[in-house]
Amino acid sequence: MAGRLRTIGLRITHAIPVILGVVVVSFLLTRALPGDPAVYFAGHAADEASIEEVRTALGLDKPLPEQFLVYAGNVLTGDLGQSLSTGQPVIEDLAHRLPASLELTLTALLLSCTIAIPLGVLAATRPGSAVDHLCRVLVTAGVSLPTFFTGVLLIYIFYYLLGIAPSPLGRLDFIYIEPDRITGFYLIDAAIAGDWETWTGALKQLVLPAITLTLFTLAPLARMTRAAMLSALSSDYIRTARAAGLTEDKVLFTYAFRNALLPVVTTLGMVFSFTLGANVLVEKVFAWPGIGSYAVEALVVSDYAAVQGFVLAMALLFVVLNLVIDLSYTLIDPRIGFETR
Amino acid sequence: MSLLSIQDLKVSFATRRGSVEAVRGISLEIRKGEVLGIVGESGSGKSVTSYALMRLLERNGRISGGSLTYGGIDLRQARESTMRDLRGREISMIFQNPRAALNPIRKVGHQIEDVLRRHAKATRSNARSAAIRALEAVRIRDAEARYNAYPFELSGGMCQRVVIAIALACDPKLLIADEPTTGLDITTQKAVMDLIADLIAERGMSAMVITHDLGLAAQYCNRLVVMKDGEIVEEGGPETLFSRPQHAYTRKLVDATPRPGASVRQLLPLDQRSAEPQLPKAETPLLEIRDLTKTYQGRSGPVHAVKGISFEVRKGESVGLVGESGCGKSTTSSMLVRLIDPTSGEILFNGRDLARSPARNFARDADRARIQMVFQDATDSFNPRHTARQSIAEPLARLTNTPKRQRVARVEELADLVGLPRPLLDRFPHQLSGGQKARVGIARAIAVDPQFLILDEPTAALDVSIQAIVLNLLVDLRTKLGISYLFVSHDLHVVRLLCDRVIVMRDGEIVEQGTAASVMETPSHPYTRELLAASPKPPLPAPPERTAAE
Repeated sequence: MAGRLRTIGLRITHAIPVILGVVVVSFLLTRALPGDPAVYFAGHAADEASIEEVRTALGLDKPLPEQFLVYAGNVLTGDLGQSLSTGQPVIEDLAHRLPASLELTLTALLLSCTIAIPLGVLAATRPGSAVDHLCRVLVTAGVSLPTFFTGVLLIYIFYYLLGIAPSPLGRLDFIYIEPDRITGFYLIDAAIAGDWETWTGALKQLVLPAITLTLFTLAPLARMTRAAMLSALSSDYIRTARAAGLTEDKVLFTYAFRNALLPVVTTLGMVFSFTLGANVLVEKVFAWPGIGSYAVEALVVSDYAAVQGFVLAMALLFVVLNLVIDLSYTLIDPRIGFETR
Repeated sequence: MSLLSIQDLKVSFATRRGSVEAVRGISLEIRKGEVLGIVGESGSGKSVTSYALMRLLERNGRISGGSLTYGGIDLRQARESTMRDLRGREISMIFQNPRAALNPIRKVGHQIEDVLRRHAKATRSNARSAAIRALEAVRIRDAEARYNAYPFELSGGMCQRVVIAIALACDPKLLIADEPTTGLDITTQKAVMDLIADLIAERGMSAMVITHDLGLAAQYCNRLVVMKDGEIVEEGGPETLFSRPQHAYTRKLVDATPRPGASVRQLLPLDQRSAEPQLPKAETPLLEIRDLTKTYQGRSGPVHAVKGISFEVRKGESVGLVGESGCGKSTTSSMLVRLIDPTSGEILFNGRDLARSPARNFARDADRARIQMVFQDATDSFNPRHTARQSIAEPLARLTNTPKRQRVARVEELADLVGLPRPLLDRFPHQLSGGQKARVGIARAIAVDPQFLILDEPTAALDVSIQAIVLNLLVDLRTKLGISYLFVSHDLHVVRLLCDRVIVMRDGEIVEQGTAASVMETPSHPYTRELLAASPKPPLPAPPERTAAE
């Protein structure tokens, strides 16, 4: 146990240089973007002199190292600058939009896991059966249908044709009042406030985009579960367990599934990180006020403070995510933490 | 009264090329309290027989004929739920490669509890103490602490004890041991087999011991069955089988089993024995090792893998390096073949200190071609996408200036030298048998005319009859080419056959070295004596003349 705790501690300290690197990269990346922010900030009617003035005001005339120090200092105090397009401090924009994206992504992943993992397990225990074929079809469809297509298709069917789904316009229909912000997740906030009407309204809005993302993330998870279960089921310790007469449930879940969990968790982490960054399309289709669409809008107008903030926030999220995944390994696999080196 | 009766059992596997019959109508019986040994080489169907009777065949395998009766129950017709009740409670099984046979992420104590609770031998409240008793029953010291261990924290021998504890936790009446000692060190092997034998006797169980090792089977079984290609070719008591084998195949197996007093030629079937080799007299030193050490930086301080060893190998001489896993023999051979750098010491090769030439650059050293190695795992040491021809030609292309045309000729010459039929040269490793791969490995090593060859357990994964052929090939090559060997092995009988001198290592130190005869006959160190005592002693076969008329 002591070895395990040490590994966990070590793993957390390893995250520190990564975070430092992220700050440097996010700074450099935005400086490398084409376009002069001073020109945009000064506005259309600006002349040379006022552009220079803005440049000095933004500190962009100083040498890069100095700019970096200023930036790093600001990041430490939680000041990510002012967004040009929204006029709000970037940190506030992010605090508003990140929960929207997270709520969507997490719901989709939860849904995806509850379908993909049992499906993969079933397919692995009955190779060549109907379940296996269903799994294969679903996986192929999931990877080959782009999210904007499934999104639009779902809107067409459930909103336009059937009329069951609400209009795909963001997180909450205008007839509801936004719940008081506690976590930023509408479902949770509404539940805390006990406002079940709003809760249902938020859920209705969430269903279609979440399903769109689910279909997309289902594929890698189901595939990996199936493969990991197949290899676990063919291993020697399963034979031992069977030879000892253990029940099929025990063999499947306590013996095979826990061993198959490691690659599944790895895939889950990867899927989570790429959906978080890649669900811009879904956010656009459903007018979801998430972080992805925010970043794209900011990028288009060279809103560098916003882009910088986005890059930093995402990178930090990835670091935390990887940390969580690594830590969950140590919970699943006792061998980790005792390895040499 | 027979506990288990197998009548005319047939097992077939559905493959892409149609149905393959792995067991072709075998009949055998195991009586109460009897230990039956099933001996055979790979592919003989011996393991498949045991899986069939446990009804644990792979998905594509099925029992296609015959009957299996255990204590009045028809195992072939029994429902799966009945089988599940029988497995572990009435019939148990232990396997080779014990570490893989245990769930890597579950405490061993819990794995034992799973079986106990499955067969209602323990309840939630007393499972822990019952599991600890099961661990104590297999003579695990400090069972209380081991209960919480994971398999990776235990040694191979200890893992096998846990596997045995799982198998015997519910007091079964029949134990099937499928190659229970393969992959274990020789002293561990003896300890495990002795333990199994004791437990069987203590509890009055019957057992089926499946092994490729005739010597081991003869030592621990009451009766032996010899299998070949899915059929039983001979059956009898171990003494009779060894002294008067009736079937030609049994004769071949008995002959091929390395044993004291037999020369390397006597391992071969009578009609294939050529004249005893005339080995060169070895006098001038080729390799001198002086005070060689290797220290690794481990997590909990430095690990002294090799602690100052000195020995020499003369020109044309064959030296055996013997020891158990972790004794430093692999580290030593890696240093000699210059794959890793020693921490200190000298490796004098023809008087030149190779330790000064760093391992990283040794591929460009002039002596690279003079020191070569034959690896233990004939499959994994080949590039799977290279044909045998490419594998053999590779060192020629990299280490010599041989033009392409001559390389082709040289590869064919080498194939002839190691007895590999030329048409096989264009096959990929997976298309070759174990013995053929061993030949390719040897051909590759001798392609560049080395003076010194390190053989790292080159026959460990081979069947005995193939081992006999490969060992003879090695002896012939040494006579013909005058190469010096360092033969790394854990099998003392094999080392005795092949080596002039023997070095015994333990914990990174040489405990004894001397001529093969003196070390084997009059070992001076207690550890050497322990090793010799642990190796299985097959009954001596009768002189070949008596059954040669067959």
